Amino acid sequence: MAKVLVIGEQADGKLNDAIAKVVNCAQAIGEVDVAIFAKGGDGVAAEAAKISGVNKVLLVENDVNEHALAASLAPQIVALAAEYTHILGSSSTVGRDVMPRVAALLDVAQVTDIMSVEGEYSFKRPVYAGNAIVNVDVPNDKKLVGTVRVASFKAADQGGSAAVESVNVDAEIPTHTRFVSTETSGGDRPDLQSAKVVVSGGRGVGSEENFAVIYSLADKLGAGVGASRAAVDSGFAPSDLQVGQTGKIIAPELYFAVGISGAIQHLAGIKDAGTIVAINKDADAPIFEVADIGLVGDLFSVLPELEAALG
Amino acid sequence: MKILVPVKRVVDYNVRIQVKSDNSGVNLDGVKMSVNPFDEIAVEEALRIKERGEAEEVIAVTIGDSAAQEQLRTVLAMGCDRAILVEAPSDLEPLAVAKTLKALVEKEDAQLVIAGKQAIDDDSGQVAQMLAALLSCAQATFASKIELAGDSAKVTREVDAGLETIEVDLPAVVSADLRLNEPRYVKLPDIMKAKRKPIDTLSLAELGVDGTNQLTVSNWSAPSAREPGIKVEDVAGLVGKLKEKGLL
Ligand SMILES: Cc1cc2nc3c(=O)[nH]c(=O)nc-3n(C[C@H](O)[C@H](O)[C@H](O)COP(=O)(O)OP(=O)(O)OC[C@H]3O[C@@H](n4cnc5c(N)ncnc54)[C@H](O)[C@@H]3O)c2cc1C
Repeated sequence: MAKVLVIGEQADGKLNDAIAKVVNCAQAIGEVDVAIFAKGGDGVAAEAAKISGVNKVLLVENDVNEHALAASLAPQIVALAAEYTHILGSSSTVGRDVMPRVAALLDVAQVTDIMSVEGEYSFKRPVYAGNAIVNVDVPNDKKLVGTVRVASFKAADQGGSAAVESVNVDAEIPTHTRFVSTETSGGDRPDLQSAKVVVSGGRGVGSEENFAVIYSLADKLGAGVGASRAAVDSGFAPSDLQVGQTGKIIAPELYFAVGISGAIQHLAGIKDAGTIVAINKDADAPIFEVADIGLVGDLFSVLPELEAALG
Repeated sequence: MKILVPVKRVVDYNVRIQVKSDNSGVNLDGVKMSVNPFDEIAVEEALRIKERGEAEEVIAVTIGDSAAQEQLRTVLAMGCDRAILVEAPSDLEPLAVAKTLKALVEKEDAQLVIAGKQAIDDDSGQVAQMLAALLSCAQATFASKIELAGDSAKVTREVDAGLETIEVDLPAVVSADLRLNEPRYVKLPDIMKAKRKPIDTLSLAELGVDGTNQLTVSNWSAPSAREPGIKVEDVAGLVGKLKEKGLL
């Protein structure tokens, strides 16, 4: 039977929400263990143990695991790999950083962005910014290393009670890579990747100051905030808000694209959104081709009116 | 110091691709091909490092069929000193691409590799990390800033939570994100000059690389289309629709 090791990502003592989605994908393949790499990771391991369907949580504690550095994590993951047929990470920046390094150390190919499981060694994944979907079949005599496109999976339920096992791994951790600092834009708004509602602004918003209208509508709706590449490049919004092929791929129930033209690279990030609302003053903007509800108008009059109408 | 920059020939980012009716791939007939945008950013960064006097030579490499010479000419016109074409099937997998690059890094004794973070055709995003693993060296993916300091580099990375800065010893592999720089436009005289710059051709066999793919890619299909939407006249219409759908 297939045995899957899911790489559990954590930051600041919290398990990444994406992991419950990776577990859901992994359950379609076989028995699932989750590995947590942390410095003092009891809390994170306990969170992972509560995900329903997890067989066992492996806790690898090491001071170097305080920050997720691919060069340190990869040899530790490889040291755990022997017992598993599949090793899966998420499509987060941590997963995308470390998993190919793991695959190369194991001398196997990687399947990026698994969007559905067709068989133990058969998957679907998007290519060309999601404008084509392909089947990928992997030889079953090799370990499978992959990343899971989390926007394609629901989170596995809570309510599990897996055992947590502390393990020591025999891995040589290189010293050529050192953590220096992180800078987060922070804020109390819902996380873009798990928010049910997201309001995104584009170049049409015009400036960093004007982006206040986006934040204001988002707060009214309890929504997360996103941005197009043009808005990020122009300095209107921080880079971690970019939605799209090369930013975040999201699947909110409701998405507002405000002053965004609808380039294919942007649309790649919202293909799984429930309802897309477009607000744009150009009636011919391509965003209207994919929007469920389109409103042609100037965002600077539409947004205040919309906020007022929401009461 | 030598900097090696891998570049890939891909369908231009402005093209709306069409899946072939027999599901065997996408239609490439008469489609505009370009340098993968992330690789262009990688080239630009390597050139800026050289122009600051921190590197002596920038070598561009492409692994693919001979049509990719066109893309090598483009990056030579941007300012790369020379280029290498490794002849291989254009669907060679990231692992084999990384093995090929490893052989070249060793042959050229390059201290820094700057690659694009992903190719916009297969969106795999694997080569830089795999190459770093094979070289047992440092990697810094999704870079938005690179500062060299002797035999190490400080790299700022675009990560989900914001920006992360790490320090890596050279040799290292860096992968370029969108905001690392804005690539220069190529001027006509540079295109003429680039015609005289050398392109070496090598085979996978000469580099000792097995070009057999492990994965089988098949059954290409278009994604399921969204239901056609509607337009509303005003804010009241929008609010009404959202309520109707139970979203407010
Ligand atoms: C390799 C690569 C990767 C990329 N990755 C991404 C990505 O991940 N995400 C992404 O978003 N893009 C990405 N892009 C960029 C993409 O191609 C587009 O350039 C970008 O999405 C455009 O952003 P925009 O829609 O905000 O700007 P524009 O295309 O300039 O559109 C602005 C829109 O605002 C409207 N507008 C202006 N003023 C108003 C007003 N007052 N009221 C209402 N509407 C108004 C205009 O009508 C227009 O439609 C990528 C590009 C490349 C080459």
